[in-house]
Amino acid sequence: MSAPAAILCVSALGKRYADTVAVADVSFAVGRNEIVGLLGPNGAGKTTTINMILGLLAPDAGSIHIDGVDLARERERALARTNFAAVYAPLPGNLTVEQNLRCFGLLYEVPQLAARIEALLEQFDLRHFRHVRCGLLSSGEQTRASLAKALLNAPRLLLLDEPTASLDPATAQELRRTIRAIATRGDGGILWTSHNMLEVEAVCDRVLLLSHGRILLQGDPRTLPGAHGADSLEALFIRVAREPLSFAGGTA
Amino acid sequence: MSPRRVAAVVLRQYYLLRGSPTRVVPLFAWAAIDIVLWGFIARYLDHATSGGPDFLFTLLGAVLLWDFFIRIMHGMTTAFLEDVWSRNFLNLFATPLAVPEYVAGLMLTSILTSLVGLAVMLILATTVFGLSFFAWGALFVPFVAVLFLFGIALGIFASAMVLRLGPASEWLVWPIPALLSPFAAVFYPLATLPAWMQWIAHALPPSYVFEGMRAIVAGRAVPLDSLGIAFALAALQIALAYAFFVAVFRATVRSGLLARYSAESTA
Repeated sequence: MSAPAAILCVSALGKRYADTVAVADVSFAVGRNEIVGLLGPNGAGKTTTINMILGLLAPDAGSIHIDGVDLARERERALARTNFAAVYAPLPGNLTVEQNLRCFGLLYEVPQLAARIEALLEQFDLRHFRHVRCGLLSSGEQTRASLAKALLNAPRLLLLDEPTASLDPATAQELRRTIRAIATRGDGGILWTSHNMLEVEAVCDRVLLLSHGRILLQGDPRTLPGAHGADSLEALFIRVAREPLSFAGGTA
Repeated sequence: MSPRRVAAVVLRQYYLLRGSPTRVVPLFAWAAIDIVLWGFIARYLDHATSGGPDFLFTLLGAVLLWDFFIRIMHGMTTAFLEDVWSRNFLNLFATPLAVPEYVAGLMLTSILTSLVGLAVMLILATTVFGLSFFAWGALFVPFVAVLFLFGIALGIFASAMVLRLGPASEWLVWPIPALLSPFAAVFYPLATLPAWMQWIAHALPPSYVFEGMRAIVAGRAVPLDSLGIAFALAALQIALAYAFFVAVFRATVRSGLLARYSAESTA
């Protein structure tokens, strides 16, 4: 059987909380070796979308396929191909870095776990912190530990929700380089959310601009602003946030 | 079911216990205090009512078995609450971990932690007060097994309740055994209770255990039919509690509560 063309295929996804529409008819794909930026103002539906892709929230409509596996029908198989790091979901602070990695490695049934943990400790410069409880790490170190967890199972789909939010510029740049290399080397894809538009331009191959639960624009972050008469991605972002109706229906 | 994922749930709890004496001490401290307190009370009552009922066996034996049940239930809920306290649900349930694996991991943790409490209680009761459950031999096993099953059922139910009502509802969990104890007829015969309480007691497996224990101490035959009913009830209650947990879990995934669990607004 040939591998599916897209690592992540989201189709007509919808979620409603009582009278509030959180996500409406959202469809997109993440291809192999592709980093897709999911952008939008606060409350646009980014985290709701990510939670649905992680199986933490059941959609009201639509489907999610991860590496060709239907999340609704084969949750365990789909999630075995996925992992994530988010600034709002740090690793449990009462276990050490190594203990957390071992527990999550078992949950993801990572083969040759001990060697994998060593490699990740090395890759994210965490060797000195292996016996330190995660709650005692600085925010930058915690982010690195979360990323090490996120790469434990060499996921086909990596979800990164504002991964550089708590990092200093130098560490953030290093991290972007690392993640860019992961996307290039492996055969997986990355869905990335960030409010740092310069970072998005530097890292993402494609961006999706969400507002009020709908994708209003998508395209190359380097050419999309010009195509819509904006000076920069940040200016375009602000316009989408302030005048979403003027972009409704446009996905060029 | 993946044994590795079940092992991951148990290993996390083992790491927490290993790294924290404050988590280890409660595994046996309260039970040990109960044994010492009730041991002396029973010894005094035996002395004051010489020739009367065997208080050592009826009181201290009842305390030991009831504390074992509490340790099982609290072992299960404490393991669950560790994930609540460390806001671990996002990380945990974004993995391939399935609900049966998670519950099995909590159950195994509860078995291991409650065995520590049981061992300490047995050692104290035997060495300090001369109460030997070992004299019962194989009879001891079904009594403990029924209490174990009921403790697991109640632990699953309490965890589901906290999952549904939010982190603050953990305070509803701790008094559950105390609320049940009057109905379970731990210290007195079932016939002492008014009729409406006896109806409730008949739905609680521990009431059969303590009636059975008193029957043995009084020199009567072991009520095997009652023990059978107790086993059946406990098994049914585990199935119901598990179904309740699964239903609550699915509801939290539908409503978005699981993803926002650290928030207090969980109504």
